[in-house]
Amino acid sequence: MSGLEQWNWYLDGWIIVAGILCAISSALLGNFLVLRKMSMLGDAITHAILPGLAAAFMISDSRSSLPMFLGAVIAGILTALFTEWIRGFGKVDEGAAMGVVFTSLFALGLVMIVQAADHVDLDPGCVLYGAIELTPLDTILIAGWEIPRVVVVLSIVLLINLSFVIFFLKELKLSSFDPALATTTGFNATIIHYALMTLVAITAVASFETVGNILVVAMFIVPPAAAYMLTDRLGTMIVISAILGTVAAVTGHISAITIPHWFGYGSTSTAGMMAVAAGLLFLVAALFAPRHGIVVVFIRRLILTWKILAEDIIALMYRIEERNPQLKPDATYLREILFSHSVPTSLTLRYLTKHGQLSDANGNYELTETGRDHARQLVRSHRLWEHYLVEHAGMSAENIHKQAEKLEHFTDRQLREKLNEDTLATDQDPHGRPIPPEEKTN
Amino acid sequence: MRPFVLVLLFAMFWPECMIFAASDHSEVQSQSSITDRRIDIPEWNDWKRVFLLEDYNTRIVVFGTTLLGMAAGMIGSFALLRKRALMGDALSHATLPGIAIAFIIATGLGLDGKALPVLLVGAAVSGLLGVATILLIRNMTRLKEDAALGIVLSVFFGAGIALLGIVQQMKTGHAAGLESFIYGKTASMVASDAWLIGCAGLSCMLISILLNKELTLLCFDEGFSVSRGFPVVLLDMTLMGLVVVVTIIGLQAVGLILMISLLVIPPLAARFWTEKIVNMTMVAIILGALSGMIGSAMSAIFPNLPSGAMIVLVATAMFLFSMIFGIPRGILIRKLRRYELNRKVNRQHLLRGLYEFLEARGRLKEKQSSESTFVPLSKLLQMRSWSPAKLKKIVKRAQQEQLVVTLQEDQIRLTKAGLLEATRIVREHRLWELYLITYADVAPSKVDQDADAIEHVLEPEVIAELESLLVQQSTEGVLQSPHTIEIHQEEIKARHSSRRRST
Amino acid sequence: MNTKENPTSSQQIELSPEETPVSVYDLTVAYHRKPVIWDVSFEIPPGKLVGIVGPNGAGKSTLIKAIMGLIPKASGRVQIFGKPYQKNRHRVGYVPQRESVDWDFPVDALDVVTMGLYKEIGWCLPVRKKHRARAMEALERVGIADYAHRQISQLSGGQQQRTFLARALVQNADLYLMDEPFAAVDAATEKAIVQILQEMKQAGKTALVIHHDLQTVPEYFDYVILLNMRVIDHGLTEDVFTPENLQKTYGGRLTLLEEATETMRRREQSL
Repeated sequence: MSGLEQWNWYLDGWIIVAGILCAISSALLGNFLVLRKMSMLGDAITHAILPGLAAAFMISDSRSSLPMFLGAVIAGILTALFTEWIRGFGKVDEGAAMGVVFTSLFALGLVMIVQAADHVDLDPGCVLYGAIELTPLDTILIAGWEIPRVVVVLSIVLLINLSFVIFFLKELKLSSFDPALATTTGFNATIIHYALMTLVAITAVASFETVGNILVVAMFIVPPAAAYMLTDRLGTMIVISAILGTVAAVTGHISAITIPHWFGYGSTSTAGMMAVAAGLLFLVAALFAPRHGIVVVFIRRLILTWKILAEDIIALMYRIEERNPQLKPDATYLREILFSHSVPTSLTLRYLTKHGQLSDANGNYELTETGRDHARQLVRSHRLWEHYLVEHAGMSAENIHKQAEKLEHFTDRQLREKLNEDTLATDQDPHGRPIPPEEKTN
Repeated sequence: MRPFVLVLLFAMFWPECMIFAASDHSEVQSQSSITDRRIDIPEWNDWKRVFLLEDYNTRIVVFGTTLLGMAAGMIGSFALLRKRALMGDALSHATLPGIAIAFIIATGLGLDGKALPVLLVGAAVSGLLGVATILLIRNMTRLKEDAALGIVLSVFFGAGIALLGIVQQMKTGHAAGLESFIYGKTASMVASDAWLIGCAGLSCMLISILLNKELTLLCFDEGFSVSRGFPVVLLDMTLMGLVVVVTIIGLQAVGLILMISLLVIPPLAARFWTEKIVNMTMVAIILGALSGMIGSAMSAIFPNLPSGAMIVLVATAMFLFSMIFGIPRGILIRKLRRYELNRKVNRQHLLRGLYEFLEARGRLKEKQSSESTFVPLSKLLQMRSWSPAKLKKIVKRAQQEQLVVTLQEDQIRLTKAGLLEATRIVREHRLWELYLITYADVAPSKVDQDADAIEHVLEPEVIAELESLLVQQSTEGVLQSPHTIEIHQEEIKARHSSRRRST
Repeated sequence: MNTKENPTSSQQIELSPEETPVSVYDLTVAYHRKPVIWDVSFEIPPGKLVGIVGPNGAGKSTLIKAIMGLIPKASGRVQIFGKPYQKNRHRVGYVPQRESVDWDFPVDALDVVTMGLYKEIGWCLPVRKKHRARAMEALERVGIADYAHRQISQLSGGQQQRTFLARALVQNADLYLMDEPFAAVDAATEKAIVQILQEMKQAGKTALVIHHDLQTVPEYFDYVILLNMRVIDHGLTEDVFTPENLQKTYGGRLTLLEEATETMRRREQSL
């Protein structure tokens, strides 16, 4: 009996809404944590707010939100402060200082929570993974609708975060990349830093009841990290991170109630599955992102190597034509000169033939007109480079061939013209061979 | 150092072994889950029983956690100096899915899923997987290490939580209490567990003692280490391996969330007590052991408080104490030193002021004259920007040190000792003035202030160097101050010969 | 078969490989496919103080690190006294840049110098008194024996540099590779280091020193390598340290070359 059959729009719907709100609020701020290389500070703050929460429980004797937020904000700022102190006095690296502060605060908070739980109905396990399943049970009446309190709180937080990011986008962007410049252009990068930290603390508190203290880090860091792999523009990154966070929230909850049933168990923690879903999204992004994905980069390098091989072949054919017009080389001959392997060689030869740069007569190859044009440009680049290197870079004529060989593959027309100017439009390379002109002259 | 450490280890061990060996079969306290929130204030009998280790169960726990603390202190010192603290944190969070999966597989195979070695193997595997993932993300994508740590920490932990949700529904799973690995629960430690922790911990310590100098070099100067031919990657992996082992043996007592603190806090506290890595490691071992001992004892008295939290709080208390009171690097001692320095500066200014006053009036030429002339305090106030109250305090102290003598509260004169000291101070000051003008191209008008600032923090060696530079230049061995004042020649020669380094 | 005449830059000395302290052939090092040093080739005759000069980013540090294998090379061959570095590293002393370590590390000057002997002492074996005595001698040689037990962050910059130098000296190496030893040190330390270099030269040792101050090159070094991604020239200072060569090294007529390498990199990314 699949969990989906038990789907109850009232219960599950609100759970998903809470999850989405939590994910988007966190992702908005998380982009800047990742860009400012402060991911672990986000982790530290979410751990360190625990004593603030516990104190708020103990003082206010309830789960009402306002004292909690206050307590959390104070704890968050204290974390940053204490970390700086310890780093200054102990002369240790920031990671260690952070580690001391947030773990001791967390331990303190844990003890306090266990104590406070006497007064308030609070399960310390809630700290780990929240209690998103309880979302629909605690509602407030708003305009005649029964809305879960958590949803209301998270919506407010979402609005706050959204406004912060929209209004301060320029300043956030600048201070993330160049804090010194930011300060000189008239606003204080430190204030932005502390504002960001405060909002992180607030969001963590609001998420405390949905995903718990520890898993909120997943919502802060993972969707933005995935977005970072997918784009280079800040605005796009923010939007994508929000979308990915939403997807993670939805799939997280659905998997939490369906997947265990495949193995004969009841549903498991939604918060945990949200983190796992986010992680899987990140994995896919990291591997297959169009520009930066690991797999994509690998394949690109491979294609580049083959492209270079193809160009080497036709350039070689041109030079052979120059010297020995009777010779029609075959694959083995080419391979020997170029030191290439048989598979790439035959693949590229086939490619060149198909694209009309070579003509194939029973395994012996010859340049076509198109091929000859292409080769001419390559050789021209090469010989211009040789000339340049000798004239300007002071290299000796024996050494330059290899350099020029590397450079010729990456020289476009514009660069070639500049080269030509710089070498005063010579028409002979240092070895005395003619430099092919740019346009075919007949 | 090495034999000393071994003796120390043995000494810490021995009492435990003795008590431990004389086992008796007192009652084992029963534990309910972490949600049992009652906190009973323990009676005196309870305190006595725990701290005198009369209770068998307590003995085991204290034995185990003490050894854990020692191992964590030693390995943590290297992890701290290698700047890998946060990676240890991500590592410990990443162990959770492994624990759950190990339980599931073991139960599925019909074995005892709760056996510690089984769970620890699972923890180790997923912990190492986590570290591998961190390195992959860091090296192969544009993300930096902090993001890699955050991703692995939260995603692996989330997977662990989700798996725990399944485990709790399993027949044997509910009673397994696997969540105790998250916060730590020493009460579930049995004798075999303690032995496991002890042996693993000791082995780790042994390895790091053997590799002490190689690891130290690795942490200090990786490039030099490579150039000498040390296999840096292997050493790094060994260090991380030691961290993994210590982490997983600590999961039971401290829990995975807080395990990192036992690795980081004792060494950081130890740092305030010494300037040498060898001593730092030893102090870290002791502090770690104490944290384990006291923390788990406290946890036995208050059975409903998470033991991991107790151990960490004890460690933190020791850290705070060390940060404030530690010698030589604690805050208090530094403030004291600064205070001492200020006092010295003020005293020197007073003496110099007196000297120059006398000098300007030609009172230095005769001995009696210099020692008997009284200088009104108002004149001194003009030379410096002191408030009258402050000057009075400085004078009072100088009087206590028998450098000056007061008359009627508003006039002072130098004593013989005071005159000698004042001469020395003035000479050093003028050496600096000359140096700054000659070599640092500072304008004569600015010189007084600059010399003022530097001379108080000079070491004797530097002054001696300065002397040999400048006294060689002066024609008669008498220094001419830019402000044209003389100094006694004998004084210079005496000081010069006693301080000069041979060649 | 040795012909030890006074070499000029156009003549090759005929020394056997075992006598040549450093022989570099066709060394290329690339970082993310962007060449940092390119086709570097030179041989250093023994007993010379060699200065490596070039503008910032010219690859000087990279060259030294690549010689020692600290960073991987894309191509080329390096030999130290006729063998690969790995086989002869005990004959090489390395003095890295001061910024390469965290000076808050809890060790004193003597500890740092003793580290130079760790490989010699051997795996897992402890440091003995005799090792510390040798380290002390090295500290005396560089003139900071009085500071042996001071924690290293309490040393001045010049004293820190001398500590690094002592660490290399304690090995009794035949070849010394130094990365900017004169950067930001006081006059006394500079004199001391030059003095030690002279003593080393008289003892027949060789030193390869990255240097940034062109004024002092003719005074300190009798052999010079001019580096700007490639070797512009190398040889005796009097022959090679000329205005034209300096122009070529620092002059910046290589913009097209840089542009081409940039294009290379961008092309790969956009494919």
